[in-house]
Amino acid sequence: MTLGSVPPKFKVNIDRDQCMDCGRCIENCSYGVYRREGDKILIESRKCTGCLRCVAMCPRDAITLTEKPIDYRSHPLWTREVREDIIKQARSGKIILSGMGNARDLPVVYDRLLLDACQVTNPSIDPLREPMELRTYIGKKPSKLKFKKTESGDVELETKLAPNLKLNTPIMIGHMSFGAISLNSQLSMAKAVTELGTYMGTGEGGLHKDLYPYQDHMIVQVASGRFGVNIDYLERGAAIEIKIGQGAKPGIGGHLPGEKVNEEVSRTRMIPVGSDAISPAPHHDIYSIEDLVQLIRSLKEATEWKKPVFVKIAAVHNVAPIAAGIARSSADAVVIDGFRGGTGAAPKVFRDNVGIPIEVAIASVDQKLREQGVRNEISIIASGGIRSSADLAKSIALGADAVNIGTAALVALGCRVCGNCYRNLCPWGIATQRPELVSRLDPERGAIQVSNLIKGWTYELSELMGAAGINSIESLRGNRDRLRGYMLDEQMLKILDVLPAGA
Amino acid sequence: MSHGNNSEIIDEYITLHSSLSIFRVIKMCGIIGFIDRTKSRMDGSSIKAALSLMNERGSGDGAGYAAYGIYPEYADYYALHVFFDNLGEPKKKVDELLQQLGEIVHQEEIPTTPQPGIKKVHIPWRYFFKPSEDLMEGKMASENDVVTYIVMEVNANVKGATICSSGKNMGVFKASGWPEDVANFYRIEDYKGYIWLGHNRYPTNSPGWWGGAHPFNLLNWSVVHNGEITSYGTNQRYVEGYGYKCSLFTDTEVVAYLFDLLGRQHGLSYEMVVKALAPPFWDEIDRMPAKEAELNKAVRLTYGSALMNGPFAIVVGTENGIVGFTDRIKLRPLVVGENGNRLYISSEEAAIRVLDPEVKNVYTPRAGEPIIGRFIE
Ligand code: SF4
Ligand code: SF4
Repeated sequence: MTLGSVPPKFKVNIDRDQCMDCGRCIENCSYGVYRREGDKILIESRKCTGCLRCVAMCPRDAITLTEKPIDYRSHPLWTREVREDIIKQARSGKIILSGMGNARDLPVVYDRLLLDACQVTNPSIDPLREPMELRTYIGKKPSKLKFKKTESGDVELETKLAPNLKLNTPIMIGHMSFGAISLNSQLSMAKAVTELGTYMGTGEGGLHKDLYPYQDHMIVQVASGRFGVNIDYLERGAAIEIKIGQGAKPGIGGHLPGEKVNEEVSRTRMIPVGSDAISPAPHHDIYSIEDLVQLIRSLKEATEWKKPVFVKIAAVHNVAPIAAGIARSSADAVVIDGFRGGTGAAPKVFRDNVGIPIEVAIASVDQKLREQGVRNEISIIASGGIRSSADLAKSIALGADAVNIGTAALVALGCRVCGNCYRNLCPWGIATQRPELVSRLDPERGAIQVSNLIKGWTYELSELMGAAGINSIESLRGNRDRLRGYMLDEQMLKILDVLPAGA
Repeated sequence: MSHGNNSEIIDEYITLHSSLSIFRVIKMCGIIGFIDRTKSRMDGSSIKAALSLMNERGSGDGAGYAAYGIYPEYADYYALHVFFDNLGEPKKKVDELLQQLGEIVHQEEIPTTPQPGIKKVHIPWRYFFKPSEDLMEGKMASENDVVTYIVMEVNANVKGATICSSGKNMGVFKASGWPEDVANFYRIEDYKGYIWLGHNRYPTNSPGWWGGAHPFNLLNWSVVHNGEITSYGTNQRYVEGYGYKCSLFTDTEVVAYLFDLLGRQHGLSYEMVVKALAPPFWDEIDRMPAKEAELNKAVRLTYGSALMNGPFAIVVGTENGIVGFTDRIKLRPLVVGENGNRLYISSEEAAIRVLDPEVKNVYTPRAGEPIIGRFIE
């Protein structure tokens, strides 16, 4: 062991004067930080991930957590993280795995965009007294309408509308598979979206039968591994999403560690128990845009053209022309996942280095689709690091039709973004399949929490729109005139097509 | 979504907001529209008087008139009204462009009489123009497309020249100044029209140059507008996707382009254009009979980016008549009056009474309801 150990990430401490020796920390910590020896609770700080389950459960507020109790000699280039990654790889010779989204301290474009409000020259609108319309339709729309006159002189619509999903609020929950997360987490979210009149994704893990009652609000995913895909599955969903890539790891496929593949997961995914479920990097029947067009058509044929088909891509450098290509196919929506998108497990080097921010991707995709006159052909769903109603409003003002949230919904269920989802030990019962942990999450209560979050954001979005004198979501969409950039460079402002603050 | 089970949050907001909504400050502009359905023409003197009555709605910063039926001798040609900063380089460029794309049948400076209240910062000019037919193909398949192209090109790229109107047998006369002064400057009483629009402006968001005054025009569409369009950015992105360029620094310009796109290019009826621009609320649509609901849903889905938000009252002059409407919650006033074949639409009833003391049937339309006056064939 020439490398020795690295300093622990956290130091856990119990204030022994406060502690009532109830033992809840021992029960709750799935990582084994606490154990009892005689009448004393011993602490092994090195095992702590910072999930804060113990802190949340301690009745006496006796536990304190210190981050980085021992740090390295400071160095601007050779950061702690860099040094530890090297040590880890020197030891293992492997790819470093990580969870959740990009953890690098890069500037967040959302935080440098500011919203507008009315003063004097036009009235703001009070959403509690006047109608405020957030209803959003996701799907293909005609670029113009044709009417005909009937014999009795009435005007009738001649154009046929393609099937669209009706959202009561422009917030959906993105795809997190059964396997990556627990059934109780999926159930919580499914109940919430059904109550609210919006949608969630199944992820690439198939559709568990307990979710059938909510299937009208679920978008079923077809990913490169094709886990759980059959005609019954396709027919159950409200829409179908083809997953080409994901923001946390563009260019590579999904990865579900074998520890998480228990009986139930194996049945739903149609794979053997305990086997790693590794989706191929590409779909092996999609090597070009023409192939994608064919797959979209086959899925539509299979479901009798009744279901919208979405295509999800990671926001990579030339996301705009790719999205334009997708818009020309029979796809109904393109889901763009920015480089801050979360994941259950991804190689760290991908998570932290590949892809571009969602804000920039929305701006350039919307622009490109308009230039090519195909913006109405397809809806834009943005995801990857949307943290608040402000991020939501800004995404729509940049040009998105709706957003997908992922991490935010998990945080509403208890997740503390500790980033250890790939270990199957999530103490909050979210990213785990262990029955004793999963049972910690009550789907009824989870549903209320998730639905509260979406309601809260929806109220805030209404207020933001009202303050801007807008009473209908379509007038916020692409309304970059109501955004200003703050501390963004000229080039970035140009790409976002936003004026600087003060202009 | 139901707001029902979050009454605490709602209560908080009510306390927060109950004091706020009374602070609505209305930006004031006076607008007026007139049509004689039999095409019997009226000179500009009474429209001047009516607009001047609304002086408290303006600030002397800008006023303008649009008149239809004024050039019967050139009725088949496009009348291009242009503001030149000088008659050198800018005019040379416009002349060249017009000669390249068609024939100038006649041109002259628009006659004006100096007014103490008006600084003549531009030279108003008019061309009577016919696009040549052999150029019409692809993107410029019709005379209207060619003229639209010319307007966009000059207004975006020719420094020192602004085309302020481009319809047939009509013209826009506008400048910085009070309505009487602008009218006297252009000798507006010398023109006889069957449609008149007038606008008295209190500008808040455009510089005080003449191009920023109303009416705004493209081809036969002319717009006068009282209010502010909070959806401007969305509407602008939408029309720019179809080749229009918003270069006049004001939100009203986009309304003329929306009418041209939906009304001319997409062939929608005036009623349908107004439905797209100020559609019914979803709650109302949900209560409609199935077929009607489907039609309204289709309009909202297809033309969501054309929906105009914010407070406005608008009168549009067109080839076949005038169209007046307000925003969906009617944050700006609009009054309609009728007398025989004459229809009046204005911000104020008093202005209509100046135009026609005998006016009958004066009423206020519902929010978003189109008021359409068409010629009788
Ligand atoms: S949960 Fe708190 S009070 Fe209970 S044993 Fe642990 S530290 Fe002590
Ligand atoms: S889901 Fe669980 S394991 Fe994953 S970050 Fe959240 S708390 Fe940690």
